Amino acid sequence: MKHTLKNVFHSPRFLVGFIIFMTILLTVLIYPYFVQRDPLQGLGKGFLSPGTYVSVYDTNNAGTYRVELPEANDNRLEASVPVKDRQTMLDYLTAMGADVSGLDTSNENFHALLEAWNANYDEADAKKNKYDGFATQAKRNELRRLNNRLTSDVTAAMSVTKGEGEAATVASVATSDYVKVSEVANSISLPLGTDNFGRDTLTELVKATGISLLVGLIAGSIATLLGLLVGLLAGYVGGIVDDILMFIANIFTVIPGFVLLILIYSALGAESRGITTCAVIIGITSWVWTARSVRSQVISLRNRDHVNLSKLSGHSLFRIVTTDILPYIMSYVVMAFILQVSSGILAEAQLSMLGLGPNPNELPTLGLMMNWAKLFGAYTSSNAWWAYFPVILVIALISFSLNLMNTGLDQVFNPTLRD
Amino acid sequence: MKTNEEKNVQLEDKRESVTFGSDRNKDFSKEPMCLSGRGVTRVFHTGKTTTVAVDHVDFDFHKGELISIVGESGSGKTTLSKMLLGLLEPTEGEIFFKDKPRDISSGAKKKEYWQGIQAIFQDPFSSYNVFHKIDSVLLDCINMRGGKNLPKEKKYEMMAEACSFVNLKFAELTNKYPFELSGGQMQRLMIARIFLLKPDILLADEPTSMIDACSRATILDMLLNLRNETGMTVIFITHDIGLAYYISDSVYIMEHGKFVESGKPDEVMLHPKAAYTKRLISDVPKIHEPWDLSTVEFH
Repeated sequence: MKHTLKNVFHSPRFLVGFIIFMTILLTVLIYPYFVQRDPLQGLGKGFLSPGTYVSVYDTNNAGTYRVELPEANDNRLEASVPVKDRQTMLDYLTAMGADVSGLDTSNENFHALLEAWNANYDEADAKKNKYDGFATQAKRNELRRLNNRLTSDVTAAMSVTKGEGEAATVASVATSDYVKVSEVANSISLPLGTDNFGRDTLTELVKATGISLLVGLIAGSIATLLGLLVGLLAGYVGGIVDDILMFIANIFTVIPGFVLLILIYSALGAESRGITTCAVIIGITSWVWTARSVRSQVISLRNRDHVNLSKLSGHSLFRIVTTDILPYIMSYVVMAFILQVSSGILAEAQLSMLGLGPNPNELPTLGLMMNWAKLFGAYTSSNAWWAYFPVILVIALISFSLNLMNTGLDQVFNPTLRD
Repeated sequence: MKTNEEKNVQLEDKRESVTFGSDRNKDFSKEPMCLSGRGVTRVFHTGKTTTVAVDHVDFDFHKGELISIVGESGSGKTTLSKMLLGLLEPTEGEIFFKDKPRDISSGAKKKEYWQGIQAIFQDPFSSYNVFHKIDSVLLDCINMRGGKNLPKEKKYEMMAEACSFVNLKFAELTNKYPFELSGGQMQRLMIARIFLLKPDILLADEPTSMIDACSRATILDMLLNLRNETGMTVIFITHDIGLAYYISDSVYIMEHGKFVESGKPDEVMLHPKAAYTKRLISDVPKIHEPWDLSTVEFH
């Protein structure tokens, strides 16, 4: 056993396949510990391309971190208040008798002008007193609008505060500074963007890979077990049992498996199609070739001397099959199992792609993701490659790694294929 | 130039001085019947072709007798042996075990029958389950003989005894797998197995054909010892007529599924009647004379 394992891991093909598969499997297992987001949670609207996103609302209102840029307001005003308005401000201040020495309309002195304005302008006063040049109602209204423009933006200025309810400013960030994305409240990194529902594609993909692997595993186990049972019985018992079992197998071969799968699927209805149902149906429609190949292997083993000797020792049928035949075909069965898992994953992807997959409201699968991408035009109108290309890549990688492992095993167990 | 007849007379004289494993002149027909068959036939159907592998053969095997069934490949020896073992049902005819019609209709009855008949097969390398250790092979035999509840030490003692009978050391074999032994050792272990089982009949299907010449003598010697010690009937199936001549009490010559000749080895070998027997005898190479290949038929 140890020796066989050593041989298996010395096969470069098996090793490469194993590493790829294990990387996928470990990612599926470990990823949820780092990103605890619900894979079906919508984060935005439609396809968002890959990148890092910041929630505007949360940045301003969540209590964690707020960024205040003290000069930002002035700077913005500096850019948005034209010279004509500045002259109006200056004229009003002069008219009401404030100290205007050193004030002008230049950019350098704009802050000083603004400070003087804030200190002296009084709305009630502006309404009441008809200063020289501001006697008309229209002029006074213009003043009010100007003041509104100058002061309203101040409330939107940000301040870096820590903790909810704590108003104290703990740090100031200069306008020219860069702010670390992780320090901004509710920012999300979306390396693969979002799908049409605004769900994080990467999180969804990892979850879907896990589910698809599970479907493949269940379908593969059922197909292999069923095939093994039928093959062993038909091959070892022979006679009428063989005839009946092979008749059933022939019927399954003649009916196109995929059509049968589609019929069973559509008959069930979307609501009752869970992950397990999906896997079971794939499993019970794909056992035939395993049964056939196991049967032929068993027939060649049935007349071996050690089996005859075991019979002569009075062992029961069950014991002969499990101890004298099964261990001899075990390597073959393992290989068949790997291929069945691979084809189970592909079958699920095909079915879901056609819209016959498991209930789409519960869990994502690789096939469902492809189906959504197709339905919402990811590869036509939206050109959202991130919504389908990674899915294709993962399906291809799983299939590739499993087949590579299988070829590697074949090389180890079948000496005629060794280089 | 001496005629064949004269050569045979000369051989007959020499034969007296050779020691054999069996008492060649003993008349086994007085011994109780062990296994006999009447009109035993086996037909195989593959597609449209029908092959008659064994064609209405009659035989009487007595207790303690060493019978050789000789024939070339495809003559039906192995099919006959499988029918004798109960691994294959005859299409026609009946086999009698200890003067009663053999009944192997159910699993329990088969199990009972196999207490009385056991086999050694041609290829020692394929006779063992490679996943089982030697201990379990021998323990199986003890369990089959109803020794399941014996204390461990007693079982160990029995296994050691069986191994020493075939010149193997049990202490060296425990925890080993059969494929770690040589072909000769494996076949000896098979004999140790028979030693533990002590069946009434041993069917040896070409037990020495896959083994080198030196080990062959040892194996044959052990088989004869086993027969002498336990008094079991040995059915020896071989294609080597020379070997059959030296060890058997009676010889059956098989051609195309039929027994063409049978009797005491001296009668059959030295005064062959059937053409097939004559051909078989001439096919055996002789050390001290040129080998007459003129009678060899090339197929």
